[in-house]
Amino acid sequence: MRPSARASLWSGGLLATLAGAAVVSAAIGPVSVDPVVVAKACLNAIGVPTGLGFQVAPATVGSASLPVPVPVLDYTYPFDLAVPSTAETIVRQLRLPRIALAAVVGFALASAGVVMQGFFRNPMADPSIVGVSSGAAVGAVATIALPLALPFGLQAAAFAGALVTAFAVYVIATTDGRTPVATLLLAGIAVQTFLGAVISYLLLQSGESLEQAVYWLMGHLRNSSWGEVEVTLPLAILAFAVLLAYARDLNVMLLGEGDAQALGIEVERSKRILLAVSSVITAAAVAVAGVIGFVGLIVPHVMRLLVGPDHRVLLPTSALAGATFLVLTDTVARAGPVELPVGIVTAAVGAPFFLYLLRRREVHAL
Amino acid sequence: MIDVDGVHLALGETDVLSGVDCSVPEGEFVGLVGPNGAGKTTLLRTINGLLVPDAGTVIVDGDDVADLGSKALSRRVATVPQTTSLEFAFTVEQVVEMGRTPHRSRLDWTDATAAVERALARTETSHLAERHVDEISGGERQRVLLARALAQEAPVLVLDEPTASLDVNHQVRVLELVRDLVDDGRTVVAAIHDLDLAARYCDRLALLHDGRIVAADAPETVLSPSNLADAFGTTVGVTESELTGSPQVTAVADRPERDARVHVVGGGRPGARALGACWRAGFDVSVGVVPTGDVAATLADDLDATAITAAPFAAVDRATRAAVHDRLVAADVVVLATDDPDPASAAALEECERVVDWRAGVEDDAVADLHWSPAGGAGAEPGAPAADAAVVDAVLDELPGATGDD
Repeated sequence: MRPSARASLWSGGLLATLAGAAVVSAAIGPVSVDPVVVAKACLNAIGVPTGLGFQVAPATVGSASLPVPVPVLDYTYPFDLAVPSTAETIVRQLRLPRIALAAVVGFALASAGVVMQGFFRNPMADPSIVGVSSGAAVGAVATIALPLALPFGLQAAAFAGALVTAFAVYVIATTDGRTPVATLLLAGIAVQTFLGAVISYLLLQSGESLEQAVYWLMGHLRNSSWGEVEVTLPLAILAFAVLLAYARDLNVMLLGEGDAQALGIEVERSKRILLAVSSVITAAAVAVAGVIGFVGLIVPHVMRLLVGPDHRVLLPTSALAGATFLVLTDTVARAGPVELPVGIVTAAVGAPFFLYLLRRREVHAL
Repeated sequence: MIDVDGVHLALGETDVLSGVDCSVPEGEFVGLVGPNGAGKTTLLRTINGLLVPDAGTVIVDGDDVADLGSKALSRRVATVPQTTSLEFAFTVEQVVEMGRTPHRSRLDWTDATAAVERALARTETSHLAERHVDEISGGERQRVLLARALAQEAPVLVLDEPTASLDVNHQVRVLELVRDLVDDGRTVVAAIHDLDLAARYCDRLALLHDGRIVAADAPETVLSPSNLADAFGTTVGVTESELTGSPQVTAVADRPERDARVHVVGGGRPGARALGACWRAGFDVSVGVVPTGDVAATLADDLDATAITAAPFAAVDRATRAAVHDRLVAADVVVLATDDPDPASAAALEECERVVDWRAGVEDDAVADLHWSPAGGAGAEPGAPAADAAVVDAVLDELPGATGDD
């Protein structure tokens, strides 16, 4: 079968699974709601962006304040089905933003994971390998622990920290316009170690906000809002589109950089673009959800076993599977008597599964 | 088609190429030969654009490689790498399909085109199309990589050690295929470790040594013992293969310098083997009288040694007898490697008798200098060549001043 047909078929199936998982998840919670009502409320919540405007938000550092323009999207809602207003509020204002954000974050992390594993030709690579998560964590913990305030506050600081770190690692690992992946990997590890020290120091200084900082570091989707979805979803889709355009290049790059160059790929340029875009998509996810491990590692692995190494199929299917996986694990995280950070659930589910795969020797290489 | 002009290239602190000039005309198969570390792979990588020279230019089909983008260059030059990481579960067809990358836009996802099928058919890998590349044998892999390069449909093909790690059957099959491609008009440059195979299949050879091309010409010219001795730092014998007619190179580690002359009487395989053994042991050798075209005579020619020849089945004339007589007199040791003499050897034997008589008459102790060795040596089948070591030991024993420990 042609790869585009395979990709569409798998993606269609996974999209349906994701929609199903979202509806099931929206029905689970302290207040039980009829599944049909849930489905209707979900349809009502689907918004299509139809306009773009700007708002000015103040950025404050200590007592100084600086106005920053922020883009705002206008939405049109095509569905308007009759649903009881309490149910609509619970589903649409409380549960759906969190489910949507889980889906976006899972989508983003799994996409970046596929790209990083292909890029590094290393099965242990994950989206945060170039220090994106550590950078985001420094930004976030600094915002929590220090007297800083920016538009979107913590998320913006985490996003900026992530991108600055990724760029720094890239610059450190680059000589004469070439970025050997081994150097990049080691530079990433070194920078992550250094930032780990910074985070530890900030945690020591955080005093009363320690619990909040630690909770963020574990990765969670508590208090998610439509606002976060509105910012991360377009970013994730845009970045995903770029990555998908490079799916063929990624396939060829799996043969090694020399081969890829000889086959007409501008390897260094492709690497720069893939690194930049997957850093942005990871940064967006980490900024709103904290450090959620294993999604970007385990989902691409499982999908590779199912659909093979062709990135034209692997990338979209992993992205959708990642979205579904995080929606389901976050449902587990919030369904219990005590709400857990979803990062704990993904790691607790993901690590044993990963070991199971290793034991079965199905993961020989990638 | 390819013009390499004054290319210098250093990898790290090491100068790998220091002023390489060579050109490859369209439709020719040029083999790069030379010792390990001579710069063969590096030179290939300047042609396929993986490395950029520090100085000098590489022109492919009229344009400087440095000015061509990766995509434009890969439409002109297809590469078969020496090693490639094929441990991913791509199918053979998918890998060959990747050869179409230079002709595809990034967003063009069509697969399995006619070019891929042609490449698979040409390399006899069609039956492997659905197999995973990590599950096929080394020989099949090499053919798949060749298919991938063919799918590029580039006029120039660059191969880095296409036969390394292949068995004899696959080595020859791969090179036969490359030869066919050249005959169809492709230009091929290949680094080939095996000098015999290189000589057999290439139109021309370029011998690389210390980052320079020290010889570039027809295989018979490039593969001279002196060229090879300089480049490889070891003594080599170059003989002509009776089977293929192309040069055959035999490296002889540490041929010692021995200031002694050995003359071999006797032709055929016993004579040739005795001649070869003595030459490898470092003696200044000659052979004769042997029939023209005898293997021992051919070997002597290949080794730049004197062969005294006579027409087969004819009487040996006076001049030839005189020539062999001089050789026998001048020799420190004579090795007899025949016990069923043909007319030529019989004449040589007669001369031997006379030399022995003459020498015996002049100096009493010179008789011992002449070593009379029945063919086959002690304990061997009659007519079979003596073991090399036995011949050399016997010669050393007969040398004046032999101590027996050399």
